[in-house]
This record gives sequence, C-alpha cells and structure tokens, in this order.
Amino acid sequence: MAASDQLRFHEFDEAADLLAATPDATTTSVSERQSHVALDVGSSYDENEEGDESDKTELLSGQKQPPSFWTFEYYQAFFDVDTYQVLDRIKGSLLPLPGKNFVRHYLRNNPDLYGPFWICTTLVFTLAISGNLSNFLEKHGNTSFRYSPQFHKVTIAGVAIYCYAGLVPLALWGYLQWRKGVCLNVASYTLLETVCVYGYSLSVYIPASVLWLIPVSWLQWLLIATAMTLSGSVLVLTFWPLIRLDSRAATLAVLTIVLALHALLAVGCKLYFFQKPLHDYPPPFLKDGRAV
Amino acid sequence: MAAAEGSGAGGAAKPLFAGLSDVSISEDIPVEGEITVPVGSCSPDEDYSTLDEPVRDTIMRDLKAVGKKFVHVMYPKKSSALLRDWDLWGPLVLCVSLALMLQGGSADSKEDGGPQFAEVFVIIWFGAVVITLNSKLLGGTISFFQSLCVLGYCVLPLTVAMLVCRLVLLAGSGTVSFIVRLIVVMAMFAWSTLASTAFLADSQPPNRKALVIYPIFLFYFVISWMILTFTAQ
Repeated sequence: MAASDQLRFHEFDEAADLLAATPDATTTSVSERQSHVALDVGSSYDENEEGDESDKTELLSGQKQPPSFWTFEYYQAFFDVDTYQVLDRIKGSLLPLPGKNFVRHYLRNNPDLYGPFWICTTLVFTLAISGNLSNFLEKHGNTSFRYSPQFHKVTIAGVAIYCYAGLVPLALWGYLQWRKGVCLNVASYTLLETVCVYGYSLSVYIPASVLWLIPVSWLQWLLIATAMTLSGSVLVLTFWPLIRLDSRAATLAVLTIVLALHALLAVGCKLYFFQKPLHDYPPPFLKDGRAV
Repeated sequence: MAAAEGSGAGGAAKPLFAGLSDVSISEDIPVEGEITVPVGSCSPDEDYSTLDEPVRDTIMRDLKAVGKKFVHVMYPKKSSALLRDWDLWGPLVLCVSLALMLQGGSADSKEDGGPQFAEVFVIIWFGAVVITLNSKLLGGTISFFQSLCVLGYCVLPLTVAMLVCRLVLLAGSGTVSFIVRLIVVMAMFAWSTLASTAFLADSQPPNRKALVIYPIFLFYFVISWMILTFTAQ
C-alpha cells in the first residue's frame, strides 16, 4: 500500500547514479563537506560559546559592573591566591633565575596583596625580635646589663619597612608612567604588580635577619651581601625589560637608585637592630680592671 | 478504584469526583493529633519579666555565657557556642587583664622597656581585626564579629601563661625560672593556636587554609614573645 511503501527505506537513486559516474569527485566533495561541516560545527560551537558568553556579558553588563572602590569585593580581587601560588612566588623571589621575569612568570596577571603585606609584617617582627635577642646575647656577660624588651623597636621597624614597601614602589611606578609618556619604548607594570614585586623581594631578608643573630662579623656582612644580591637581582630582572630601551643614562640612573635604596634598607636595618659583635667593643671592666 | 475508573470511562456524562463522597475512613485506623494551634507567646508578660528580673540574674546570665565559652576554648571541640552566640565581653576582659599584667615591665629608661598598656591593647585588637579582614578577603565564610570573638577568646591560654609567669618570677628570675616560663609559654602558645585553628579552619576555602592559619600563628607568637620577655622590676 502507498502508506507502508512510503514508510519503507528508499535508496537515493540520484546519489547512487552520481556515485557510479564520478566516484572521486563525490567522495571528496562529501568529505570536504563533512570536514567543512565538522569545522563549522567546531567553530560554530566556539561561536556559540563565545556568543553565549557575549550574550551573557551583554545581559550581565547591564546589571553587573566591576566592583566599585568602596565595596568589599573590589579588595577581594587582590587576595585571589592559593597557598601553593604564594609559596611558589616566595620561592621565585628567593632564587631568582635570569630567564624568569618575576612579574611575567610568577604573577601572571594575578598580583596579590597577601604576600607583600604578610611578608612585611613578618619582617617587622623578625627584625625586632632578632635585634632584641642579639642585644641580649651580646651584653649577656656584662654584669651591669639589665634585659629589656625594647618594644619601641617594633614601632620603628614597622614604620621603616612599611614606608619602604609602600612608597618606593609608588615612586618607581610613577616614574615609569611618566617615562612612558616621554619615551615610547618604556613599558610599565601596574601599581599592584610593582608593590607585589617589592613585597616579595623583601622575603629574603626574613631568614637573613634570623641568621644575623650569629655574632660573627664577616658572616653578618656576607649575609647582607647575599641577601642584597638575591633581592636586588629580583628587582633588576623584573624592571630591566621595561627600561632597557630607554636612554642609557636614564636606565642606569633608575637601576642605581633602586639598588641603592634597597642596600640602604638592608644596611640600615642591620646597623640599627643588630649591634656590632663582641670583639669590636670589649666590655669596659676588662681594661686594667678600671672602668673606662 | 479500578471499578470507579471503568465506570467513569464508560459513562462520560457522570461529573468528575462523583464517587469521592462514598469514600470514608475505615474505623480501625486511629486518627491522632492536636488540632489546636499554639498561640505565640508574645504576651507582654515575658518582656516585662526580663526587664523586671533582678540585676543579679541578668549579670549571671552573661557571665555564665562567657564562662561557658572559656570552657569551650580550654577544651576545643567543634562546638557552635563560640561561633553562633558570639560576644566580645570575654575578649575585652582577657585583653585588659593581659595588658595590665604586661604593664610595668622592666625599664631603665621609660621607652626602653616592655610594651605599654596601649601597645598591648592595640596589638591585640588591631591584630585580631587585621586577621579577620584577611580571612574574609581570602574568601572565608565566617562573619566579622564571630572571628573577632574566637580570636579574642583564644587568648585565654596565654593569659593563664602570663599569670603563671608572674608567679614564677616572684619566686626568682634565674635560668631555671626562664626555662619553666619558656615551657609554659610555648605550651600555651600551641594551645591557643590549635584552639583558634579548630574553630576557624572549617570556614575557609580548602586550598587557602595555610594562608589563613599563618597570620593567626604570627599573632599568637607575638603575644607569646611579649609574655616571655616580661621581666619584673
């Protein structure tokens, strides 16, 4: 009957004829069409995805803007790191390798404020505590010495470290922004990335300040030199690609100032918090039994 | 039921649900329960009674709540009392007593001595606020005051350590007393950190727990350092 005949599967006679006539052409065209179809499916899938996303963003852009400066979510974006990322960044700042620019390799467009803030805080307390301990160890044998916690050193250390870690990156960023306007070859990182680099570069001073307890003079200066080298090289390797196309004088000036400030911080901390070792200042009562 | 359906399908003129009135509950299934709705006890009598109760009752209620939280800190288990019913009386009492005990540390000159009352107070409260902000920024789900409450209450072991240290210093200030003080302070520091971690760690995202615990460790370490370096005049 007609109905059941219509329901039966029919061969497409025209296609079969065409296949018989020119097999290669049809097969390639079919395969091309198939591959085209596959590509189209793939690209249209991507387009669909992007289209969906763009649709979503269009939908959402009317409702959701980037969080304003005064909301909590704005600052949550600065703390979007996991434990292993923070540890990775600290490792990268302790062992700088010439090929790895800290900002490009470790930060990867995700700078955070957690690292700089807590590294600076730890450094403040480590400096104060180690300084106090070294003072105690140095004057221990002296009978006229009475131990005191010297708590005001925490305040001084705090002011010094936080000012350094906050103002110097700001100044450097401002300089680079200005220079970018003057000389087109100079690039710049964002302010947050600059602060981040400076904060992480201070992390090498934490073990150094603990090791400064050892009252051997040449070891202490060796430690300062090592810490300054490691920390300074992180900064230099990070900022070198930005300014190397600038004029020679400007490049040298910037790098010298960056390294000089860093050295000033290190030496200043060492001299203020850690007294000179014993054998430079013999205790007074040993000189011929008379007080000096 | 099937018969009803069959009859319903057969006679289309019958109204729907015609047979339901025939359904009746069998006699041997007991029906129980209360139909009366309890009236909400918002009678003015209750408000009147808490306002009218003796002052001693009011104070004792709050003191008991604070005392219960102290017990929870000393034996940290997963209890919701500290978190759900937070209060800041306990942290205030602990902070003030710790700052009072730390005051008047030895000094040849006034600025070369131990932390002053204001410094201890500021360190404890400002430190707790910073740690709470830190854990919230990292994505923690705990509320601001709950976290302050936990951090403040977990200063209790260190306050106990301060008390013990002062008593030991009364006995003498030689090496033995230093070693005793060191052991006591280290034990209490570990207790504080573990107690606060037990309460706070669950509310953090799992891959950031260490990032949240480290500042707490630093906070209690600094307080322990202040306690350990206290020398009587």
